[in-house]
Amino acid sequence: MSQDIIQHQVIWNRLIAVVEEQAQALIRTAFGTATREAGDLSAGVFLPDGRMVAQAVTGTPGHVNSMAESVKHFLRAFPLETLQPGDVLVTNDPWKGTGHLYDITMVTPVFYHNQPVALFASTLHVVDIGGLGPGPDGHQIFHEGLFLPIIKLIHAGELDNTVLAIVKANVREPEQVEGDFLALVACNDVGARRLLTLLEEFALPDLQAVGEFILARSRQGMLDAVARWPQGSWSAEMWVDGYDEPLLLQARLTISPQGIHVDFAGSAGFVAKGINVVKAYTDAYTSFGIRCLIGADIPNNAGSLGVISIDAPEGSILNAPYPAAVTSRHIIGQMLPDVVFNCLRQARPGEVPAEGASCLWNIQLSGGHVLPGYDASSFLRQPRFSITSFSTGGTGARPQLDGLSTTSFPSGVRNVSLEILESISPVVFWRKEYRADSGGAGAQRGGLGQVIELSHGQDMPMELGAAWDRIHFPARGAEGGQHGAPGRVSLSTGETLSGKGRQIIPPGSHLIVETPGGGGLGDARQRDPVRLQHDLKNQLISHEAAVRHYHHNKTE
Amino acid sequence: MSGTKTPPPRNRIAVDVGGTFTDVVLLQDQTQYSAKILTSADAPERAVLQGIGDVLQQAGLNFAAIDLLILGTTLATNALIERKGARTALITTRGFRDLVEIGQEDRFAQYDVFLQKPQPLVPRHWRFTLDERIDAQGQIRIALDEAQVSALAQQLREQQIDSVAIGFLQSFVNPEHEQRVAALLRAQLPEVTFSLSSEVCPEIREYERLSTVCANAYVQPLVAGYLTRLQQQLTQRGLRVRPFLMTSGGGITSLETGIAEPVRLVESGPAGGAILASNIARQLELENVLSFDMGGTTAKICFIDRYQPQISRSFEFGRVHRHQKGSGLPIRIPVIDLVEIGAGGGSIARIDNLGRLQVGPDSAGSSPGPVSYNLGGELVTITDANAQLGLLDPAAFAGGKVELNVARAAAALTEQVGQPLGLDKDNAALAVTEIIAENMANAARVHASESGKQVDAYTLVAFGGAAPLHAVRLATRLGIQRVVIPHAAGVGSALGFLWAPVAYQAVHSFYQRLDHLDIAAVSDLLTTLSDQVRQLVQQADPAAPITLQRSVYLRYAGQGHEVAVDLPEGELDQEAVAALHQRFTLLYRQLYGRSLDHVAVEAISWTVTASTPAPAIAPPQTAPAVSGTPDRATREVYSAQQRKRIAVPVLARQQLVTGENYSGPLLITEPETTTWVEESFSAQRTAAGHLLLQRNTQQGEKP
Repeated sequence: MSQDIIQHQVIWNRLIAVVEEQAQALIRTAFGTATREAGDLSAGVFLPDGRMVAQAVTGTPGHVNSMAESVKHFLRAFPLETLQPGDVLVTNDPWKGTGHLYDITMVTPVFYHNQPVALFASTLHVVDIGGLGPGPDGHQIFHEGLFLPIIKLIHAGELDNTVLAIVKANVREPEQVEGDFLALVACNDVGARRLLTLLEEFALPDLQAVGEFILARSRQGMLDAVARWPQGSWSAEMWVDGYDEPLLLQARLTISPQGIHVDFAGSAGFVAKGINVVKAYTDAYTSFGIRCLIGADIPNNAGSLGVISIDAPEGSILNAPYPAAVTSRHIIGQMLPDVVFNCLRQARPGEVPAEGASCLWNIQLSGGHVLPGYDASSFLRQPRFSITSFSTGGTGARPQLDGLSTTSFPSGVRNVSLEILESISPVVFWRKEYRADSGGAGAQRGGLGQVIELSHGQDMPMELGAAWDRIHFPARGAEGGQHGAPGRVSLSTGETLSGKGRQIIPPGSHLIVETPGGGGLGDARQRDPVRLQHDLKNQLISHEAAVRHYHHNKTE
Repeated sequence: MSGTKTPPPRNRIAVDVGGTFTDVVLLQDQTQYSAKILTSADAPERAVLQGIGDVLQQAGLNFAAIDLLILGTTLATNALIERKGARTALITTRGFRDLVEIGQEDRFAQYDVFLQKPQPLVPRHWRFTLDERIDAQGQIRIALDEAQVSALAQQLREQQIDSVAIGFLQSFVNPEHEQRVAALLRAQLPEVTFSLSSEVCPEIREYERLSTVCANAYVQPLVAGYLTRLQQQLTQRGLRVRPFLMTSGGGITSLETGIAEPVRLVESGPAGGAILASNIARQLELENVLSFDMGGTTAKICFIDRYQPQISRSFEFGRVHRHQKGSGLPIRIPVIDLVEIGAGGGSIARIDNLGRLQVGPDSAGSSPGPVSYNLGGELVTITDANAQLGLLDPAAFAGGKVELNVARAAAALTEQVGQPLGLDKDNAALAVTEIIAENMANAARVHASESGKQVDAYTLVAFGGAAPLHAVRLATRLGIQRVVIPHAAGVGSALGFLWAPVAYQAVHSFYQRLDHLDIAAVSDLLTTLSDQVRQLVQQADPAAPITLQRSVYLRYAGQGHEVAVDLPEGELDQEAVAALHQRFTLLYRQLYGRSLDHVAVEAISWTVTASTPAPAIAPPQTAPAVSGTPDRATREVYSAQQRKRIAVPVLARQQLVTGENYSGPLLITEPETTTWVEESFSAQRTAAGHLLLQRNTQQGEKP
C-alpha cells in the first residue's frame, strides 16, 4: 500500500516530465514561427478511452482542452481495437482538432505487451496550409486551405507517401510543412518511448490505476478550488470590433458545488469572414480564463477540466458551424478570458484584473508576389518574403499591481528579434517603443501598448495582413479605472488603415501600428503618488495626462 | 585538448569569492591547505588577501612563492542580483528606447496573471537615443548626428552617470556608429567607462545583445575597481606572477580581459565544480561523465564529454522565480551549461492542494534550517528525511558542527507528510527522497534529450555535501551503472579552478546560407576572430601552446534554434563547407532522429575558442589511512528495496582498502558527507582515493 502511494506520486511527476519532453522535442524541430516562438503547440498523453492524463504547459491556451477533446474524435473514427503498433493518425479538421486548418494534430497509440496502454497526441501550427494564407479574409473554410479529415498517416510504421504528396502539393512551403509533420510524429515517439520505460521500471501492466488516481485527485483539487469562491451566477458582455461591424459577446457564469458553467447565449451569430470560433476553441480560452484565477496550480487533464462546462449556441460566433471560415479565430477567442474575468470580478470585487489588449497584434507582411494595382511583371524581379512580427499591447491592471506593458496575454507569445526579421526580409523597422499614455488610468494603471513603425527597405509595395481588435472598443477599466487607449493603424502619409484584412502599403510609406493599452483598475486619484511620480519621471505618462486623469497638481 | 604537458607549477592557489564565504585552496605539490573566510562584501580583496595569507602561513610560504594564482568571484553576479552596480546609462538607436524592457513580450508563467517581470538594469529615464540607423546589410540608412552626441554628454554628466552601455541596432554587422559615439564621449567624459555591444556581444538578436552590454556596463566600475586594488596589493606583498580569473565558460583569463568584459566572470564559481569533474573524468579515463553537485539549496548537473564540459552561450541572471526559465534577464556569454534544480539538503517537502508531495525548490537554508537542526526550522526538509531513514549520523553531521535531532524530524515528517498521505514516518521519509530523486532525474533526462545524449551511457560524478547520499538513487533512476565519489568531494569549486585551461571564446554573427557561402568573407571573419582570441590567451600565458577550436551555429532555413557544429580543421574551401554540411546533418540526426535533406542550411553565428592545454596536475594526496582497528559499526537504515529497517555497516572512507570490493548496503562516512551505497551497488576505493560505485549486474532491483 505505502509502496503504491509513493509510486503514484513519483509516476505523476514522471508523466508530466514525459509530456514536457514531448513538447520540447516539438519546439526544437518545428519550422513555423508560431510553434517555435509563440509556443503554439501542445502535447499530451491519454488513457485508451481518450481521457487526457497529462498535458505539457506550453505557450498557447488555445489548446488547453481542445486537443483533449480531439482524441475522442480520433477514437470514434478509428476505434482503438482497429489500430496496431506503428500507426499514426492525423487531422486538421477545425471542428475535430483545435480550431483552424493551420493546426495539425497527430495521435499515436502506444502498445505494451501487445496491449494498447495509452495515446500520445500533439498539435502544432504549420508554416502554411495553402488557401488564402493567414488572416481573416476567407468567407468559408474552402478558401482557407487544405482540409485533412481524420486519416491514418502511418500504417504500422509505413508512411503513407500519397498523403504527404497531396499535402506538399497544396502548401507554399512543402519542405517545411513536411518537416513539421515529421516533427509531430517524432515527438509522439519520444513520449511513447519514455512511457514504455516508465511501465518497465515500475513494473506496471498499464496506466489505468495511476491514471485514475491522477484524474480523481485533479478533479477533487479543482472542486476544492471552486468551493473557495462564492456560489452564484454573474453575467457580462463585451463588444468587439468584428470584421465589418461590431459583435457582442455575452456570458453567464455560474459557480455551484458541481463546478463552473459558462453559457454564451446571446452572443452574436457567425459571420462570412475568418474570425469565427469553433466550440472547442471557445472552450479552451474560456477554461483558461477561469483557471488563471481558480485552480491555477492544478495540472490540465480530464479530471480538472471536467469541472468546467461551457455552452455556446450553435450558429453563434463562438460555436461556428461547418463550413464557416475560422483561420483568425484567435481574435475573438483571446477576448474570452476578459469576458470570464468580468463575470468573476462581480463574485470577488477587488481580486480580478481589468480588460487588456488581449488580442495579439501580430504584424504579417509579405511581398515579392503579385499585388492588385501594381505591374505584375515587376514583382518577378523582387525578393519574395513573408514574415510575422509577433506583437502585443498592454494587459489590464491587476489588484495591487499595474498591468504589464507590451506583454502577451492570454496568449503566451514571444516576439521575434527585429534583427532576425530584417535579415530574412527587406523590411526595415524604424520604431518599437512604449506608447506613452496608452495604459488606462487607475489606482492600478493598465499596461502600455507600443508604437511600431516600419517600411519596405527598397521603396516597393508590400502587403499587410491585419487581424487586430480593440480599435473601436478599447480595453475597459474596472472598479473606477479608465479605459486603455484603443489601437490604431495608419500610414506615414496620414491615411488610417483597417484593423482587419489584407491591405497594401505603397512604396515609400511607413506603416505605423499603435497597439492598445490595458484598462485601469480603481480610481486614478487613489494612485500612490510615488508610482505616479515614477511614471512621470520615466515618461510613461505625460504631465498633461497626470493632471487630467490623476489630478496631479505639482508643476515640474 | 592536446597531450602536451608543461611541468606543473609548485605552489598553486585558487580563491573562490562566494556570497558568504571566500574559499582559498593551496596545493603545494600534492599537499593541500585550505582556508574559509567570511567574504568582505564592501572590499572583497580584504578577505582574499587574508585567506591567501592564511594558507601561505600554514605552508610556511610567502607571497613571492606563489607560482599560480586563480581567482573566481561572484562580485559581478551579486552586483547584478542585488542591483548594486554603477549608475548606468544606455545609448541606443532613436525609436528603440524600450527594447531592453519590452524583452520578448511574453510571460514566463502561463497561468500566473499576477506575475512581475524582472526590471531592466537601466531604467527608462537613463535610456537615451540618437538619430542613426544601420541596416541588416551594414549600410548606413541614417547617419550619426555628432551634435546630438555632444548634447548627450552634457545629460550624462548632469545625471552623474558612471558607466555607459552603447548598443545600436545591427551594430554587429557594422560597429562604426557605436565606435564613433564611444570615441566622442570618452573625450568628453574621461572618468566614465564605456561598453560597446559590438565588442561585448557581437551577436544578432537585439534584446539579448543589449541586455548583455547593459550588464557589462553595470558591473564594470565595481569589478575594475576591485581587480585593480587587488592587483596592487598582491604586488605590494611580493606576488611575482600575474593572477588569472576564472570565467563562466570554464577557462581562465587575464585581469585585463576581466576588467574589459566583467560580464564573463558571472557564474564562475559553479564552473569550478564542472572542471573538477572533468579532471576526474580525465584521470579515470571516463569519456562520458554527468557531474552532479548537490549542496544545501540546489543541485547542478552538467554533461562532460571527452573531458570537456558542455558549453552554452546563453545565461539568465536575477530570475524572479529562481528555477523558472525566462524569469530573469538574458546575457549571451560562453557559459558551462549547468542545469540547476531546486534540490538540496534544505529543500522543503510539503503536500500541495492536490494532495501531492512536492519537494523544493524553496529551501530552509542553514537558518532556520531543517527541523532536525533544532534551530527553529519547522518545515520538513530532505536532510530531515535522510536523518529519519538512518542515513546520517546525528552526532557527526557536517563534520559534527550540527547535532541532528532525529525525534523532531520524525514528528514533523509524520505530521507534515505521513498523515496526509497515509504513510508511517519511515515511508514518509522515503517518499521525500524518492520524489527529490525523481525531480533530479527528470531534469537530467530533459537536459539529455535537449542535448541529444543517452544519459544511461554516462558515469555519474557526485560531489558537494548532499550528492553522495543521493547519487546511487539518482543513478538507478537514470539507468546509470557507475558512480564516482571523488576524493575531497567537499572542496569543489575552488579546487576545480586549478585544472582550468586558459581560454577565450569570441563570437560574431554573420548570416550566410551554406549553399552559397561567401568563403572569402567567412575566412576573413574566422581569421580576425582567431587573431583576437589567440592574442588574448597569449597575453595571459605567453608560453603555453594554443589550440584553436572553431564552430558555427547552424539551422535549417526557417527554424529558430541553432545547433553548434565544429568547423573542419584548416582552410575553409568548398570541400570544408560540404564536410560542415555533413557534420550538421549527422548532428541533427543524432539530436532529433532525422534530417531534412531538401531544406537549405543557414549559418547565424561563428565562434573561435583559443585555449591552452589543461594543466596536468595530480590530485592532492589523501590523508594517510587510519591505522589500528577499523571501527566496524553498523547503523539501522530503512531500506527502500526491502521496506524495512536493516542493519547497515558503516565505514570511514579512509578505512577502505584500495582495490577491495565492498558490497552494499553500506554507508561510507567522511567529515563533510556520507555516501549511501544501496543494496544494488558495491564500492571500491581507487588508487587515487576516489570511490567507485558499480551497479551489481546479477541483482535485479526496483527503484
